[in-house]
Amino acid sequence: MSSRIDDALRFNQTALTLRAARQELIASNIANADTPNYKARDIDFASALQGALAGSSPRMAMAATADSHLNGGGQGVLGAPVMYRAAVQPSADGNTVDMDVERAQFADNALRYEASVKFISEDIKQVLTALQG
Amino acid sequence: MSLFNIFNIAGSAMTAQAQRLNVVASNLANADSATGADGKPYRAKQVVFSTTPMGADGQGGAGVKVAAVVEDTAPMKLVYDPKHPMANAQGYVAMPNVNPVDEMVNMISASRSYQNNVDVMNTSKTLLLKTLTIGQ
Repeated sequence: MSSRIDDALRFNQTALTLRAARQELIASNIANADTPNYKARDIDFASALQGALAGSSPRMAMAATADSHLNGGGQGVLGAPVMYRAAVQPSADGNTVDMDVERAQFADNALRYEASVKFISEDIKQVLTALQG
Repeated sequence: MSLFNIFNIAGSAMTAQAQRLNVVASNLANADSATGADGKPYRAKQVVFSTTPMGADGQGGAGVKVAAVVEDTAPMKLVYDPKHPMANAQGYVAMPNVNPVDEMVNMISASRSYQNNVDVMNTSKTLLLKTLTIGQ
């Protein structure tokens, strides 16, 4: 069942969930800055949010005709494909984590997460104001 | 939940970097150990990092683990010292293949990576605390 309050909060709730998932991916990149052959990963936030709001996965689902079949979805966050970052300065050990980029994206994503938290709080305040008059 | 998982991811990286720092300390401490428990000179040790999946559903997050601690295969440093009890017939002593410059660079790199992960953890904690204030 979906109510008007659900609808009012859905956008920021989805954005918040995606921001948290992206934060985890960037934390993984920073954690694996010294791991040989690790490839830095990220999601395209704008298309991921659009896909999550439309409720459709951008990938085609594979038909599973037996229990042991894998879903073939690969790695994804909330239906959004996880992509590899194009390396600016790849290192000799095959690692593509660029610490400047990762730290900048981490700070940026954290700030936007806080903004989403603020937006949800304001949405709830609006609903409360409407209820209490 | 994703943000809680960051504690596991950054924590695994901190453990791995701490182990790397430990190995550096061992190498530097034994830079002049001409003999060890097995009667051979000390060999420099290096950690090998590997990625380990850490997402709640096996997706997304990836932590770090120390896959192995390997011994450096570089040749031993031969030092001419005929008076040394470990000297061979030609008067050369095999000293550990520890390269202090490499070890210092490794040490700085490990400590910087450790600090990075501490920052990641602190930011995630702030975000989680902010999340708890929703609706207040």
